Amino acid sequence: MTSGQVMRIDAGAAEAIAIGAGILGTGGGGNPYLGLLMTREMLRWGANISLVDVADVPDEAVVCGIGAMGAPTVGIEKLPRGDEPLAALRALESHAGRRVTHLIAGEVGGANAMQPLIQSAFSGLPAVDGDGMGRAFPELQHCTFSIGGIACTPAAIADCHHNTTVFPRLRDTVTLERFARAVTVQMGARAGYAFPLMSGAEMRRTAVRGSYTLARAIGEAVLTARDRHADPVATILGSTDGTLLFAGRIADVERRLVAGFARGTLRLNGSGQFAGTQAEIAFQNENLIAWTGAGRERVLATVPDLISLVDEQTGDPVTTEMVRFGLRVAVLGMPAPAQLKTAAALAVVGPAAFGYDVPYRALPGVYGGALLLVI
Amino acid sequence: LPVKLRIGVDVGGTNTDAVILDGRRLLAAAKRPTTADVTEGIVAALAAVIAEADVSRAAIGRVMIGTTHFTNAVVQRRDLRRTAVIRLGAPATELLPPFVDWPVDVVAAVNGRGIIVPGGFEFDGREISAFNAASIRDAIVALKTADVEAVAVSSVFSPVSDAHERRVAAMLADALPGVAVVCSADIGRIGLLERENAAALNAALTGLAARTTDAFVAALAEMGLDAELFLTQNDGTLMRAETARRFPVRTFASGPTNSMRGAAYLSAVQDAIVLDIGGTTTDAGALTHGFPREACAAVAVGGVRTNFRMPDLVSIGLGGGSIVSAGGASVGPQSVGRDIHTQSRVFGGPVTTATDVAVALGRATLGESPALADDVARRAGAEIDAMLADLVDRTKVTADDLPVILVGGGALLVGAGGIAGVGSVLRPEHGGVANAIGAALAQVSGEIDRVVSLAETDRRAAIATATDQARRQAIDAGAAPDRLTTVEVDEVPLAYLPGNAVRLHVKVVGDLP
Repeated sequence: MTSGQVMRIDAGAAEAIAIGAGILGTGGGGNPYLGLLMTREMLRWGANISLVDVADVPDEAVVCGIGAMGAPTVGIEKLPRGDEPLAALRALESHAGRRVTHLIAGEVGGANAMQPLIQSAFSGLPAVDGDGMGRAFPELQHCTFSIGGIACTPAAIADCHHNTTVFPRLRDTVTLERFARAVTVQMGARAGYAFPLMSGAEMRRTAVRGSYTLARAIGEAVLTARDRHADPVATILGSTDGTLLFAGRIADVERRLVAGFARGTLRLNGSGQFAGTQAEIAFQNENLIAWTGAGRERVLATVPDLISLVDEQTGDPVTTEMVRFGLRVAVLGMPAPAQLKTAAALAVVGPAAFGYDVPYRALPGVYGGALLLVI
Repeated sequence: LPVKLRIGVDVGGTNTDAVILDGRRLLAAAKRPTTADVTEGIVAALAAVIAEADVSRAAIGRVMIGTTHFTNAVVQRRDLRRTAVIRLGAPATELLPPFVDWPVDVVAAVNGRGIIVPGGFEFDGREISAFNAASIRDAIVALKTADVEAVAVSSVFSPVSDAHERRVAAMLADALPGVAVVCSADIGRIGLLERENAAALNAALTGLAARTTDAFVAALAEMGLDAELFLTQNDGTLMRAETARRFPVRTFASGPTNSMRGAAYLSAVQDAIVLDIGGTTTDAGALTHGFPREACAAVAVGGVRTNFRMPDLVSIGLGGGSIVSAGGASVGPQSVGRDIHTQSRVFGGPVTTATDVAVALGRATLGESPALADDVARRAGAEIDAMLADLVDRTKVTADDLPVILVGGGALLVGAGGIAGVGSVLRPEHGGVANAIGAALAQVSGEIDRVVSLAETDRRAAIATATDQARRQAIDAGAAPDRLTTVEVDEVPLAYLPGNAVRLHVKVVGDLP
């Protein structure tokens, strides 16, 4: 999508975005399935959902991040009422004395990718074709809004009864994460959130542009390959300028729960052009680093570049929860958005920030490749 | 006391198979066509197998039946009752009503309607909203008007507390006598939509379940058998006929499970890859410790997502009837299917099939040797071998060299050379009745899956309580109290919650006395 255009979301586009969001989740981010169902329900009720280009949001616009937070296991049982994030947004508006004009996703990778679409349907507000990560990361401080110096407060969260809590001022995103978590547990461990609140100018300076265009293109590539029984991996790579880092069978998975995060490593035995070689991937919810060679001999890619596993046959994303012995996967590498590659960003989302003494060497190309270069 | 024998029966779409076992020894096997009324086919198979084994009917203590009847009814959208769902959870869950994401023709077939009312629970047992009897009474009026025949009741976090579901069930029983009522807490585990879907399918199947179990009972009576009757469930264990009558969905996917369990028994190995080669497809699954590996993804039955644990099967379009094309470079997925006896060359037909290739290459002796060009047969043979080797590789759960067990009519496709990368290929005798044998050998189980707060109970006490409940379930299902084994204790800490909530899954399996 280029400047001046508006992306109208129908059921087909929503499905493609959900698939692409799963792949951009780089192993984490949660499953977009329920979000896709909710989007479809809103469309069935006749809602209009539109996305506008980042470049088309005026300076004086009021943009707010929205999504859902809480325990994933609770999320599949206590399904949402649907408009919890909007209830949080309304509370935030009355606190701040400003009306929000545009919605934006915190992270396009995974389940929360669908929230701007759903809340756009509820509110009639346009959502932005962009987000704060261009992928998924485990914590709030990893987002480009935070890295770019946008204050995380005021922030608000709401539950299914529209009980709301506003956090007028907290000193940083880590503190917000802690406070919001405590209240979310009281709300039944699931809540809708609204933050950060920013001007159009601030959003344009910090947001990753075109991430929904990219998610949609990836999803459409998968769907087309499925229809034509074509190779989905080649189709995804062709439409994103990604690199095939490795392909093979998962030979070993090792997992441990560290401070609430699913950390672990998985080992792969190569097949096809990678036959006879091995690879290893370290993950913490999301995939962090990929090496090749039996003993981590050469780094293939690291965060913040995107390392995504997809099913070799179907192109479906393979999350770090799903990986297990015997699965045949392709490991895709995609360049990170420019905002995540600055020195300031690398201090937060680079390999060292996750405890790995490995230098960041950027994959060739730009986020979204030719697809996003033309906009 | 005379030795009590057991009979295993597999009621398939085409054939009804029966076997008699004395302990773990196979005495006799029989195969008869499945009949529309089910009863006659079972009676014929029972009569044949009893005659062949030459045993007294009084010596038969138990009959175990595996059937795909209920799965097929959903797949074919037939024999389904007009079904409603009452869900407790409002205002939560409102955007995703019951029957969301069902194929429209299944919703039409059950005339599905959903009502969401206040109630339901949080993960820690607090109420989301207070139970509201007036809203239930309103719902009952609406259900009466719609003339529903069955109702599924679901509540948010009923695996933590089923109190609201039970209250609604009691009100329904009072107000709508004759309407079947199913509580989701009796059906599945955490995951509201999938559990509710399974409960709704179960409600829709209650009519067929009553008729079918009656037919089973009638077949036993007609045969003069005074035996306990069990049906097999998706995890390979048994439930009593009375239970199956109430919970027919628990039989979903019992077919492949029985087939794999039977294959393990027939070949006397516990860890293997089972290849079930039919006429059109080959199903591959992994056996570990004699049980099929379970799929981790949600399993759709007739297009409806459920969260049953089902065997993790990989299927490819290769079978005895697969059509050979491109000069032997391509085999399947098109197949002549059940017409193999008229269409394939070995039987004088015009179509080159995988079976023709097997005969031409000397892997099997069957019909007349087909006139196949040498290079076509060689190429097609190599393609079949490559497809099977790849399938085995994809199904493996460890890097070890596992034996492969071949069952099904298409097993003749595999030559004496075996399968590339596989050390040993086993072809058990009676592989054609593996399903019925798996049914006859099934055990009983009890299972608990719930979220517990370890802030209130200590960890060991929580596991002990759950294990005790699972043991009691297994004993209620018929297990001998002194022959129970706890086969699974899973504790999954719920990310995000303040370090005290865990999802606890305990499974106990036992032998019948």
